[in-house]
Amino acid sequence: MKETQIVQGQVEKTSTTERISGSEAIVKCLIEEGVDLLYGYPGGAIMPVYDDLYKYQDKIHHVLCRHEQGATHSAQGYARISGKVGVAMATSGPGATNLITGIADAQIDSTPMVCITGQVPSHLLGSDAFQETDIVGISTPITKWNHQITKASEIPEVIAKAFYIAKSGRPGPVLVDITKDAQFEEFDFRYEKCSGIRSYKPVPETDKEALKVAADFINNAKKPLVVWGQGVILGEAEEEFKAVIEKAGIPSAWTILGASAIPTSHPLNVGMVGMHGNYAPNILTNECDVLIAIGMRFDDRVTGSLNTYAKQAKIIHFEIDPAEVDKNVKTDVAVLGDAKDSLKQLLPLLNPNSHIGWRQRFKDLYKIEFEKVIKADLHPTKDGLTMGEVLKEINVQTKGEAAIVTDVGQHQMIACRYAEFNESKSNITSGGLGTMGFGLPAAIGAKMAAPDREVISISGDGGYQMTIQELGTIFQTKAAVKVVVLNNDFLGMVRQWQQLFFDKRYASTEMVNPDFVAIAKGYHLNAKRVTKREELASAVEEMIASKEPYFLEVCVEKEDNVFPMIPSGASVSDIRLE
Amino acid sequence: MSTEKQYFTVSVYTENNIGLLNRISAIFQRRHINVESLNTSASEIEGVSKFTILVHVSESQIKKIIGQIEKQVEVIKAYYHTEEETIYQESCIFKIKSDLLFEERQIQNIIKESNARIVTVNKEFFVLEKSGRRQEIELLYRELNAFGIMQFTRSGRIAVTKDEMKISQMLAAFQH
Repeated sequence: MKETQIVQGQVEKTSTTERISGSEAIVKCLIEEGVDLLYGYPGGAIMPVYDDLYKYQDKIHHVLCRHEQGATHSAQGYARISGKVGVAMATSGPGATNLITGIADAQIDSTPMVCITGQVPSHLLGSDAFQETDIVGISTPITKWNHQITKASEIPEVIAKAFYIAKSGRPGPVLVDITKDAQFEEFDFRYEKCSGIRSYKPVPETDKEALKVAADFINNAKKPLVVWGQGVILGEAEEEFKAVIEKAGIPSAWTILGASAIPTSHPLNVGMVGMHGNYAPNILTNECDVLIAIGMRFDDRVTGSLNTYAKQAKIIHFEIDPAEVDKNVKTDVAVLGDAKDSLKQLLPLLNPNSHIGWRQRFKDLYKIEFEKVIKADLHPTKDGLTMGEVLKEINVQTKGEAAIVTDVGQHQMIACRYAEFNESKSNITSGGLGTMGFGLPAAIGAKMAAPDREVISISGDGGYQMTIQELGTIFQTKAAVKVVVLNNDFLGMVRQWQQLFFDKRYASTEMVNPDFVAIAKGYHLNAKRVTKREELASAVEEMIASKEPYFLEVCVEKEDNVFPMIPSGASVSDIRLE
Repeated sequence: MSTEKQYFTVSVYTENNIGLLNRISAIFQRRHINVESLNTSASEIEGVSKFTILVHVSESQIKKIIGQIEKQVEVIKAYYHTEEETIYQESCIFKIKSDLLFEERQIQNIIKESNARIVTVNKEFFVLEKSGRRQEIELLYRELNAFGIMQFTRSGRIAVTKDEMKISQMLAAFQH
């Protein structure tokens, strides 16, 4: 059967092929895959492809980043807000190795991304040639798939596979390395999209019996709790998800990457789980009788100690990746499959319920968290500005319509806790890898993929400086990203841990920072610094009103901590409020 | 599930691609697991390769590892088996001085009793081949080592399962 397809393919091939170079084929493949934007940085081994990008610039736009890591994060931001595959391109050697952090980030956060790297000519492979590095070897453990092309004729099939693998099933990054001679070589080009690979099953079949058992557990539950993750967003299952929790009346909490799948204001949305999540869903994880995990992977930052995690509950796991089932938490029933499809099938099996008394428990615990933590974060009475009040101001001014792109650290936890979202795919952050420097370039990609949306990058003073060079990309492309830096002159999260667990020995966490406003102005961006509460609202207003990119530094209290907090290795129910 | 460590033979059916060995071995390396032996070869299905990997881990560990191996795009199917579920062999070759064959009569007896096979003999050395279980090979090694071994190499484990592995049907299903 497969052979006949190949024969048929060859027959068609003679009628529609055109003789072009490998490099032109790469660009045409990208266009065929619907790529209109890609991020990258040229160099020797990828120059033929750049030459063809120049030729096709009316069909495909290349964004010149200031560092290849920036290119990967921009591609990730583009992918996360649009659901499409992000594309990053780099030359061999250091260009390729600079992609690694972004690739690892995309792998652990299941972001669809295709990276294309140039490679030294095939006759020099293994000779320690100039800018030669074994990028296929290096990227193997952090890619969903990778491949080296040494012949132009392989290009169409490999690129088609790359896009198919990156996007299908549980998405992830794919790297394609192409030797320079393959870019120059001419061949008969014909493109066909990939529709299947015999050794790869992107979506496992959903077992109807497992669904029935799951429905039975949910229908008999007195205290059910849903914890959802990014699977709901990646599977575009937001509506099906909402229908399920609304019918069964189940309080639902999210992992950091699940944020925004349903609006923050939804009455069944009980907040974030995990280390700096909300008090109620963490405490009640250890009280619920049925825990329904949907498209999440029981990360250690979510579960705390596994020995004391939801031991009293029956565990149902809706999951697309069979390797995640029973990996960290033993499930009572696993429903494999795509979230959209399995939730659609689950809905008619559920009995309507409202769980009023159980839901009241979440409200009661929220009141405690509000009094002990949230009030002081959002409505501070002390002199110094809090990160929380900045988020509150952004919520007020954007009415929850903005996409919030965060970096990693205290500001990230505060942003995820307090940002209000009306729309899915609005929370873009580095979850699994915790990549400082992710935020600014990811926001650039997000803004370009969704130019009509307000995209606000929120970083700390530490992570911001890890990819600060991408201000150059903003300046050159005029991408109207709003860049907020919450500056406490510390690596705040590490400092918090030092305060709590290392007797306040602040080893290498205090930062002597440059004049961030002057730097932004150096890139000709509108820029402002806020140091007082009374300046905040008008500055945020000015930033949101701006049609151009805008930089806002907010100098916040230096030694504030993020609470609640589950100390590392403790139980979710041992969450601390102070 | 047992958390006690035991030997498992892992059978992985794959496409025959450059780099897949690296991808599969990285799964063990990342979890700090030592691979006792690894063999790659053609399988019973044309165009499909087979990895046979021997590891000493717990059953809960091996289950997770199988999940991670199967997740790789070019892996068709992976299985794990206990010692009881497989028929397995290893193979080894010895290079020994030819003089010993004539001077030490006992060597001839060892060769006969161990069911080893002489592959080649010349004036300087002879080569002995033996297939069997690890213990048999180790016993032969100890016996011959008393006289002196010039070179020794043992292969990784190769194994077949007592029960059927339904890999052919899986591939057939894909074709239709």
